[in-house]
Amino acid sequence: MPLNRNLNEEQVMLRETVRKFAEEVIRPVAIELDETEHFSVELTKQMAELGLMGAFIPEEYGGTALDYVSYIIIVEELSRVDGSNAATVAAHNSLGVGPIYYFGNDEQKEKYLPQLASGKLWGFGLTEPNAGSDAGNTQTTAVEDGDYWILNGSKTFITNASTEITLGSTILAVTGERPDGRKEYSCFLVENGTPGYIAKPIHKKMMWRASNTSEIFLDNVRVHKSALLGKRGDGFKQMLKTLDYGRLSIASMGLGLAQGAFDYALNYAKQRKAFGEKISTFQATAFKFADIEVGLELARNYLYETCRMANEGVKITKEGAIAKLYCSELAHLASNHAVQILGGYGLIKEYEAERYYRDAKLLEIGEGTSEIQRLVIARQVGCFDE
Amino acid sequence: MNILVAVSRVPDTTTKILVGSDGKFIDTNNVKFILNPYDEYALEEAIRLKEKNGGKVIAITVGPATAQDILRNALAVGADEAVHIKSEQNFDSFFVASQIAEYASKMKPDIIFMGKQSIDFDSLQVPSILSDILDLPLATIVTKLNYEGNMVKAEREIEGGKEVLSLQMPCIISAQKGLNEPRYPKLPDIMKAKKKPIEEIDAPNYENNIEIIGMELPSRSRLNKIVGDTDEDIKEIVRMLHEDAKIF
Ligand SMILES: Cc1cc2nc3c(=O)[nH]c(=O)nc-3n(C[C@H](O)[C@H](O)[C@H](O)COP(=O)(O)OP(=O)(O)OC[C@H]3O[C@@H](n4cnc5c(N)ncnc54)[C@H](O)[C@@H]3O)c2cc1C
Repeated sequence: MPLNRNLNEEQVMLRETVRKFAEEVIRPVAIELDETEHFSVELTKQMAELGLMGAFIPEEYGGTALDYVSYIIIVEELSRVDGSNAATVAAHNSLGVGPIYYFGNDEQKEKYLPQLASGKLWGFGLTEPNAGSDAGNTQTTAVEDGDYWILNGSKTFITNASTEITLGSTILAVTGERPDGRKEYSCFLVENGTPGYIAKPIHKKMMWRASNTSEIFLDNVRVHKSALLGKRGDGFKQMLKTLDYGRLSIASMGLGLAQGAFDYALNYAKQRKAFGEKISTFQATAFKFADIEVGLELARNYLYETCRMANEGVKITKEGAIAKLYCSELAHLASNHAVQILGGYGLIKEYEAERYYRDAKLLEIGEGTSEIQRLVIARQVGCFDE
Repeated sequence: MNILVAVSRVPDTTTKILVGSDGKFIDTNNVKFILNPYDEYALEEAIRLKEKNGGKVIAITVGPATAQDILRNALAVGADEAVHIKSEQNFDSFFVASQIAEYASKMKPDIIFMGKQSIDFDSLQVPSILSDILDLPLATIVTKLNYEGNMVKAEREIEGGKEVLSLQMPCIISAQKGLNEPRYPKLPDIMKAKKKPIEEIDAPNYENNIEIIGMELPSRSRLNKIVGDTDEDIKEIVRMLHEDAKIF
């Protein structure tokens, strides 16, 4: 099916603009940024100027007011060229801006959204050293003290939380016990620079090396009660809803990465010769491209359709998980094939296949591992019903 | 300041071109079209001039209904309005220039920008014909511009050097790569481009001055010779390129 089928004129133009930007501005520096683990403030600023950082929030907050399909196309096109910079944009929009826009009060939205649409970043702190898939084991606490809350604990693997342009992060904390004995969770908007709050980059990552991933330490951090996001006790629900949408952007990163690896390898295979023939004409190579093309077609159509459901406000817990699972596994397969098709050059950092291969692996782990996606899907089809 | 920018819709440079079944035109099936790359420099220059001096940028194209996408593109980048001279027939450079001239003679722009050539037919004729019909000064293949009052100083490429011209507005400038660094349209502007007006004008029927009688892809025949790397061999390669292949 043609790439742009059923897209409107603006969506096609968005795709072309972001593709051109990614090819001309990001691709030439991607290898170097990856190698040196350099988060580029400069590129982030340029992406903000293009309007990528407030992608789906309304114009009154300085946003671009995109529908979900358009937003997902942006992430897809960035990821087609570079996982790290796609991650900066995807995490910022889905995890940083999303919760404030969906659950924040007017005061919070007016305070933060215009800045977040124009170049400042915001993180989303759910994962802890002892609470990843098992978010229910969250140990960070917030205790009420007059007009303030006092937060203690730590977070890890938080994207965009410790750059020089980060404004703050949303922190999930246990705020008490429910009447039924289960933990009560709430989210807080905590600004960088608040006394007792330390956010610092995690280095030596295998992938997304030019994206900022942080650990956060909270040591008696006092925030005013106006920093509570939405209602006390809503924290877990907010996190789950955020992840429902966040999965779409990871899915889109998978689709884009798979397309990028495919395009990169196809271009190579049509030039490289062995035994006097272009290697693209060997059936063993050609069938790899055929298989990935099948995946790309199915993934793109399913993901866009799921985004249309999200636009309509339909619950997408199952569909989002399917899209995320399928696209991230496709990215793994496509990048694996790409490395194989490049042969020895596939293993050399001057070529891009190995970066696709490394970046793909995160997609099967972040925002819910593939195992957790299967759990979500299985639960949705009723496997665990009484 | 009133600025007119003429833009055209051309096949993407990466598109694989095939000749159509009539042997006279390219097969447009599955061809991706883009805004002519040289027109991007023209458009950028127009927008910068407007940003400096105020006024209005109008983008104009002559082409079939499908050409509207490049006008939206021009509007997204920063043109204020667009004019679409619609014609479904195949036409020559004279027709394009005369249609633009007709609009320009009513609009009376202070300056007209266009790309030095369209990368589809590469005839480089429209700027010159337009200058002739409108009787306006023209600088072609321009790589640098300076404005002083109603005078325009244009640097243009010539074989082995450059030439500096001084033109009085109203005038016509055809843009070369290097004139500026075209911007990317901002996403919010892409979304707003839909709301900007496109005036549609039906072009008159027209008898072409020039008829295309045939179109062929470059032949891929080879000399099929293998030579060594001695000085004699190199002389032979130079001779073959010169005399047999007639490359230089
Ligand atoms: C680069 C990067 C960026 C990230 N960005 C963010 C961010 O911005 N915000 C944020 O909050 N988090 C972020 N994360 C954290 C990420 O979401 C977690 O790493 C992920 O959810 C997995 O948690 P874990 O690492 O603790 O693994 P664990 O939960 O310890 O899982 C280990 C293994 O056990 C499996 N497993 C666990 N439970 C089950 C089960 N019930 N059934 C079957 N298998 C199971 C898992 O699938 C996995 O294979 C990021 C991570 C990385 C690497």
